This record gives sequence, structure tokens and C-alpha cells, in this order.
Amino acid sequence: MNAIRAEFVKLLTTKMWWILAIVLFVYVAFTATILSFAFSTGMAAADPTAPQIPADALPPIVYSIAHSIGYVFPLLLGTLAVTGEFRHQTLTPTFLATPRRGRVLAAKLVVMALFGALYGVIAVIAAVGPGAAILSIEGVTGLDDSDIWLMFPRVVLAMALWAIIGVGVGALIPNQVAAIVVVLAFTQFVEPILRTVAGVVDWAAQIGQYLPGAAGDTLAGASIFTAMGMATGDTVPLEWWHGGLLLLAYALVATIVGYLVSWRRDVT
Amino acid sequence: MSKRFGPVEAVSDLSFTVEPGRVTGFLGPNGAGKTTTLRMLLGLVRPSEGTATIGGANYQDLARPLATVGTALEAASFHPGRTARNHLAVYAAAAGLPRVRVDAVLEQVGLGAYGDRRVGGYSLGMRQRLGLALALLGDPRVLVLDEPVNGLDPEGIRWIRTFLRELAAEGRTVLVSSHLLSEVQQTVDRLVVISKGKLVYEGGLAGLETEARVIADSPDRGMLDAALLAAGADIQSSAGGVIVSALTAAEVGAIAHRAGVPLSLLHTQQGGLEKAFLDLVGEGSQP
Repeated sequence: MNAIRAEFVKLLTTKMWWILAIVLFVYVAFTATILSFAFSTGMAAADPTAPQIPADALPPIVYSIAHSIGYVFPLLLGTLAVTGEFRHQTLTPTFLATPRRGRVLAAKLVVMALFGALYGVIAVIAAVGPGAAILSIEGVTGLDDSDIWLMFPRVVLAMALWAIIGVGVGALIPNQVAAIVVVLAFTQFVEPILRTVAGVVDWAAQIGQYLPGAAGDTLAGASIFTAMGMATGDTVPLEWWHGGLLLLAYALVATIVGYLVSWRRDVT
Repeated sequence: MSKRFGPVEAVSDLSFTVEPGRVTGFLGPNGAGKTTTLRMLLGLVRPSEGTATIGGANYQDLARPLATVGTALEAASFHPGRTARNHLAVYAAAAGLPRVRVDAVLEQVGLGAYGDRRVGGYSLGMRQRLGLALALLGDPRVLVLDEPVNGLDPEGIRWIRTFLRELAAEGRTVLVSSHLLSEVQQTVDRLVVISKGKLVYEGGLAGLETEARVIADSPDRGMLDAALLAAGADIQSSAGGVIVSALTAAEVGAIAHRAGVPLSLLHTQQGGLEKAFLDLVGEGSQP
């Protein structure tokens, strides 16, 4: 318990957590605004070549922006919680105060999961606020649909899992700069490209949904990627809880391997 | 204990005891393995062989580590964006210590007025003080301080010497490392000296001090040598005179007087602790 409290104090006494939270909010709100405008029928009428998405499908796509755009933020928060200790050599006092190193890592997982969930709540508000306002012009906010409301806790759960994955990534790649580059490159370039390819090539689509970002989208319930993928192919989609288990598996594997690779090493 | 980093043997077969209630100086030149030894003691570095215990227990097995052993290691381990008060609050939380301890140790090391500043803006001296504050956080009876004097200005050095004496007067067990004997000479009761990862001396300060030598010379060097040898003295010839061990200047003068040898030079040369220390660690020959 002491270790968990220490991790809370650590996180709350630096600026990182609220800077990331603000950027997350602005980024998600901005994207949700643009997207709801772009997909609303008025815009589609102006440009007949634009892809037609049925009005009913719009709310989940817009609201899932919370996860499909926002998941990199809890991921970064979790990563920095570990790499920061290496970078500022605070592992020394941390392990002096809590010599059982596994406890420190477990405490980080707990605190990061809670903050990941908090980021999830922030992201949902950021997506639904402007999204619902603009979609209400079309008369389809989806907020009278219980399936939409079930999506929100799943987004929160997914964001919590992403923060845990971040802890694992940080332990795997203790070098802070390298870890940030890997996280950004993978989430912003590598996986989107792989998933776009998987969306075009039928046989790859089955594999593509096992990628971490796709697993998160599966858990969240919808995303702009799955919306595009639905148009092509006839892949068997995973259930939402499959996505959750998949994310959890990624988190556990990264954390356990990270523990073995860097966490038990000599602190010099 | 031994510790190998790849092919490099940083510490080899080192074994010593730090006695409770005393200040022990842990000395050796830079790179002798002092920091590695201390980190092995604190469970931060795993020994290749052997164990280190504190009051019979491994550091990892201490129920309340910060309340048992206080540590200030050489490396400045701070998040620059955190204030000193918050930095200490993190580890107070981890150790289950009340928040009042944070304010108490900040006052104790003279940082009370600067506790709410970001550590990133701290001077080296202030960082050393903050390191000590962390060591004192749990009010431990044992203190491990790695090079606490390093990089301090004269005023800071004077402060830390006084501070170490105060800690010792309170009956705490202190293990303080340094690469310079003169830095800790006035404070320590015992010495542990290592060189190239091996123990070269363990004991009191007095045992390290070499005896004073007497230098004597005469216009007739041959007669002086003969007289001293006849008196059973241990002599050694040098360009500056005859070096006599184990005799006082008065005794040498008396021997010369009885033999009727005129003396042109007679004086005592102190060996000195620092020289003895440098001889021990194999750096005595260097200028």
C-alpha cells in the first residue's frame, strides 16, 4: 500500500499527467468535431464522391475517437512512469525505500491503470461533447441507444489497459527517448499502415485485428478503422471481450518481459 | 563479496565489518570499488559472490529499510521538476513515514527555506544536502554516505564535517566513503581502505600512521654511520642525510655526542596519515 501511495505522490508532483490530459482532451475534441462535420450528410451531399456512411453508424465512429485517437496518451503516461525513473536515476531512492522491486512495479501498474481510466473518462467527454452537439443537427446523437452507453465504460477499460501496456513498454525500453520514439512510431505510423494494408488484403484482415491498436478498438466497440474494414472482406470479427483479453495479454507479456529484462538489473 | 562487470573485477573477495555506534571511513581512490561495494550492501547491485548484511539481515529483508539505514549515494537522483519537499514526500510515502518528517529533515540540513523550489534549480551543495535529508528521513541509526563532501565549496565542506560529528555524537553508526583521507580524518574512528577492489587496511587511524623518521647528517658521514650502527640503529643512507628509524632525534643526538661525531643536520620528519594512506593504495610514488 505504501508503494502505491508513493506512486501516486510521484505522479501528482510532476506536470506530466495533467499536460498529457489536456493535450488528450484538445486532440480528441478537435478530431471528433472535424469528423462529425465531415461525415454529416450535409457535407456528403456537397461532395457526392465522399464515402457514404449510414447515419446510424455515425455516433459510434465519432465517439470511439476517444479511444482510437486517444489511446496513445495513457500509453505514454505508463511508459514515462517507468522510463522517468531510469532517466532521472530515481530508481536508486525508489528501491532503497521499497527494496522488493516487484512491489514497485505492481504499484505502478495499479496507479497507471487508475490514471488510464481517468484518461478514458476525459477522452469520452472530449469525444461525446462536441460530437453529440454536431450530430444532433442530423438528429442522430445515439445517446438514446444503450449500446452507445455500454461503449463508454469499455473505452475507459481499454484506456486503463493501455496505461498498463505503457508500464511494460517502459520496462522493456528503459531509455526514455527511445521508448517515446518507439511508442509514437508504432502507434502513429506502423500500426495504421499495417491495418490499412490488412483492410485491403482479405487474408491479412484476420491477422490485423490481433494488432494491439485493433484489439483496443475491438474492446472499445468501434473505430474509424473497423468502419472502413467493414466495407471490404468477410473477416470474422472478434468479440469486444476478446479485444480486452488481447490487450491484457499484451500488457502482461510486456510487463513480465520488462521485469526480467531491465527491472531486476543492477542499479549503478 | 566479489563483483564482476563482464571481464572487469570491480570488487574482489572484500570482507569487512562496520562497528555499531562509530564512524567508519571507507576510503580508496576513485574507481577502487567503493560505490559498487555500497550498492551491494544496499541491494541495488547483486554481488557475483558473497553477501552483505545489516544487523544480520539483507537489505531486501529489512521490514522498514529507510528507518533502519539512511543512504546518500553519490549520484544525484532527483526528478528536476519536483520540489525538494515533494521529492522527500514520495519516499516518506513509500516508507510509511509521517509527513512531518519531511519538514523536520529539511530544517535539519538547512533547506527549510528552499523546500518548495524545484530541485532542477538547486546548486550542487543544495543537492548534497537534499541527499542527506533523504538519508535522515526515517531517523535511522545507521547511515551510509557515499562521497558526501564531493564537489562542495569550502563552506559546504565545513558544514558537512560539523554535521557528521553531530551525527556521530548522537551515537549513530556511520559509514562514510571518500577518496581523500583528509576529508574525513577529523570525523572517523575507524578506517576501511580498499584499492583495486581489495581490502588493504582495516583498523583505527593510529595504526595507519607511520612512525616519524629522524634525518641526521655529519661532515664525516662514515663516522656517523658507524656510530649509529654500533648503537644498533636501523639506518638508511640518502643524499640528504642518514635516515634513522625507531629513534628520536634526542637519542640520535646523544649517540653522536658520545661517539664524538659532529652533526651538521638533525631533524624529525613526520610520516603523515595522508602519505601513509597514499602508500597503502599504491599512489604514494605519484607526485
